[in-house]
Amino acid sequence: MDYLLAGISVGGQYALIAIGYTMVYGILRLINFAHGDIFMVAGLIMVYATTAMPLYLSIPFVLLVTVIIGVTIERVAYKPLRSAPRMSVMISAIGVSYTLQNIALYATGGLAKVYPTIPFLSNTVKIFGATTKWVTVITPVLTIALVLGLVAIIKFTKIGIAMRAVSKDFETSQLMGVKINRVISMTFVIGSFLAAVGSILYFSNYPSVVPTSGSMPGLKSFVAAVFGGIGSIPGAVVGAFIIGICENLIRAVSIGGVSLTPFSDAFTFALLIVILCVKPSGLFGEKVTDKV
Amino acid sequence: MKILSPADKKKNTVCNLIMFAALIAVLIYIDATSLSVDMIVKVLQKGCVYAIVVVSMNLLNGFTGLFSLGQAGFMLIGAYMYSVFSVDNASREMVYSFSGKPVINFQLPIIVAIILAGLAAALFSFLIGLPVLKLKSDYLAIATLGFAEILRTIIQWDKFGRVTNGSFPISQLNTFKARLADTAFAKMSFVIPFFIVAVICIGIITLMIHSTYGRAFKAIRDDEVAAEAMGINLAKHKMISFVTSSFFAGIGGALYAVFVGSTNAAPFTSALTYEILLIVVIGGIGSITGSILASFLYIASQEWWLRGLDSGTFMGITSPIFRNGFRLVVFSVIIMIFVLFFRNGIMGDREFSSLGIYRAIKNLPGKIAGKFKKSKAEVQE
Amino acid sequence: MESVLRLCDITMQFGGVIAVNNLSMEVNKGEIVALIGPNGAGKTTAFNAITGVYEPTNGAIYYKDKLVISNKPRGKMKKLYAGENNGKYHTVMSKTPDKLTKLGMARTFQNIRLFKSMTVFENVLTAKHLRRKSNLFTATFHLNYKEEAKMRAETLELLELVDLLDVKDELATSLPYGKQRKLEIARALATNPELLLLDEPAAGMNPQETEELTEFIRTVREKFDITILLIEHHMNLVMDISDRIYVIDFGKEIAEGTPAEIQSNQKVIDAYLGVAEEDE
Repeated sequence: MDYLLAGISVGGQYALIAIGYTMVYGILRLINFAHGDIFMVAGLIMVYATTAMPLYLSIPFVLLVTVIIGVTIERVAYKPLRSAPRMSVMISAIGVSYTLQNIALYATGGLAKVYPTIPFLSNTVKIFGATTKWVTVITPVLTIALVLGLVAIIKFTKIGIAMRAVSKDFETSQLMGVKINRVISMTFVIGSFLAAVGSILYFSNYPSVVPTSGSMPGLKSFVAAVFGGIGSIPGAVVGAFIIGICENLIRAVSIGGVSLTPFSDAFTFALLIVILCVKPSGLFGEKVTDKV
Repeated sequence: MKILSPADKKKNTVCNLIMFAALIAVLIYIDATSLSVDMIVKVLQKGCVYAIVVVSMNLLNGFTGLFSLGQAGFMLIGAYMYSVFSVDNASREMVYSFSGKPVINFQLPIIVAIILAGLAAALFSFLIGLPVLKLKSDYLAIATLGFAEILRTIIQWDKFGRVTNGSFPISQLNTFKARLADTAFAKMSFVIPFFIVAVICIGIITLMIHSTYGRAFKAIRDDEVAAEAMGINLAKHKMISFVTSSFFAGIGGALYAVFVGSTNAAPFTSALTYEILLIVVIGGIGSITGSILASFLYIASQEWWLRGLDSGTFMGITSPIFRNGFRLVVFSVIIMIFVLFFRNGIMGDREFSSLGIYRAIKNLPGKIAGKFKKSKAEVQE
Repeated sequence: MESVLRLCDITMQFGGVIAVNNLSMEVNKGEIVALIGPNGAGKTTAFNAITGVYEPTNGAIYYKDKLVISNKPRGKMKKLYAGENNGKYHTVMSKTPDKLTKLGMARTFQNIRLFKSMTVFENVLTAKHLRRKSNLFTATFHLNYKEEAKMRAETLELLELVDLLDVKDELATSLPYGKQRKLEIARALATNPELLLLDEPAAGMNPQETEELTEFIRTVREKFDITILLIEHHMNLVMDISDRIYVIDFGKEIAEGTPAEIQSNQKVIDAYLGVAEEDE
């Protein structure tokens, strides 16, 4: 039961990050390797913000700064490469990831920073006979609420329609007068905002933040996005919950007395490879065929 | 690529030989006069290791157009394969003291162990390549990255502890120094053996790229559909490139173990792959000499020239911002500048030729004079 | 007459759409055969089925009387299949494009696909790779230098024949359009084919370039003693060089015959709405 609850909670956090991956991929066809690090940076900013201001100010501050960082990265590192080959943009993303980690390393001096306890989230609660923190309960609820909001934005607002158009056909929508750069910035705003929310929830469960904290959850969220069918938001959410639950349940499993705990990370990647080989378009993805 | 006339070819060969001989002489001098703890020795040794791995990655990413991020995983296999067969006989029990009786209780000669390391990496890459090489660019990248992470977990599993020592390092490894301790060479700092391995590995890769197979790789990179229509078997040639690249990454991993003298899984993360990829970019995707040059420059600045940025004083300037980690920040910025503004790297896809340098040096006075004249003319205007 | 390529009841169905419907055709040794039809008639789809890019839904293809491609409605298509001759074919056989090229069928592309980073010479030389006798080891250590020298000599010879020798060291993509077309054909010829498949070779060419190309295709056939199948829009070119023409519309064959027969065929004129005589 403990494992299942933890799984649902982690799944929700992955979902919030995975949406950022899936949206950016849907629009720019780019694996934003730096997204996991934006998530880590959000964690660090929270650490520093809480030392300088009260909690009710620092949370919106973190959200705001993360969004600004996300959009700046897009402007500086991806926008100049819009007409470059896809590999160059991906390399740029890797470069940004490397840079963010190194800046974090410099800022923290390589020390693990203790994550502040957010009073309400860290309180314990008892449900279904299992003791857990409030954050575990809140995460899935908040995730679903945010996702519903996001789906509404994409379905009904003008910018949402533009986003869908751009993800279907970049050039045509540009010719149809869609302001590409605004759409892309908006994508990064949403992606970074959700990553910041995810970061607050995620790190409330962990004692500290280090510069490499972002890479594992980042990679796993990406796997979730691929699993659900990259480019699809519901897919990313479903994928994230499945992966979160599976990797936690696997900790409870042992085969012939051998615990599988060390393999919870490896399991995620194994799942990724199986998915890529069997159904590369994921659970909800569209199939794309190359034209000769 | 520029086509050289036969006369130029001859001149180029002569220039190459002279340069090579000069290089060897310098290396022997360094070997004989410096201590093995000297910075220059460390940089040259590590530079050789990186050069092999970077060139191997360039073969795959730059020449065949396969965006793979598994290099660290194959280095890991190479390093472990080498280490398992290279622990000092006398200290083996001590090294494995946390993991139980070691399964492999003999030591292989260095060269044999290094080749074995390459073969092990090649075998793994073959098995991994079967499913993943069918994938398209970014999916291939993420799948190979995933495999590298899985390998890292498996190798650290305590159930394999009697072979891999679990998450503990395998230390007391055989090195060139240990091997030749009782000979006349004992006083040397052993840059030369690293250099020889690197020359052989990079030489083989270069020969392959200049063969008919190399042309097939480039054809796949330029246009997969056209290459297939010209009768190039995509699956087979991608596999050849992938396995070859991994073989040399494995050797690079083994050599890394020789360099460090002990092995654990910690350094072989995806961050290492990123680092290697970035060196490929700095050197120029599709340039062997660019990769080599970039490897040495990268290692030299990271380990040596920019050290001052971390310890307070750099180029005579002392500042409180020069503290631990600042070097890496500066480094990242340099890399981003390359990625964004010098996308072709130092060499682009050209190769560095010693004839070219010779000519450049010969023409330099003329050029400077030309510039001088030009600026004078501008002034007069 | 010796058959080089034979299509038997080829049907291509995508979902519910039948792009090529029960197409049968034959190309004999030494012929130039054209496959024409209005836009969207299914020419390119048929071409892609012949070259192994698509797997036909039903039907068989023989190369020199040897079965190379064959399929029957399988999987989802079992239920969806709306074409003819269901149940006539039982063998399932497919070949990747490279295998077909190895057998002796070489193709060009509608939108020129040259190897961008390579020179003219290297483009053609690369196409010689598939006829190599060396293996990875001998090639890497340059033990195949005799073969390599032969490949280079043959490449030069071929470039001379197609009149591209003077630009051999130029970057392939820096050539003018007409020469790029020529180079693509030369590259296909370098694989030593018996059957040359040209996918709209005159696409995007002006009348003068088209005329030159017509002449070029004719010389290629003579010099290389080769069989040619082409799909094309330019009626002048088609009528000028074809021995026989197949016309398809809505995926179905509507006429077959010599250029003169086709020009007077009422069905063809109807399909083209009377514009068949003119240049499109």
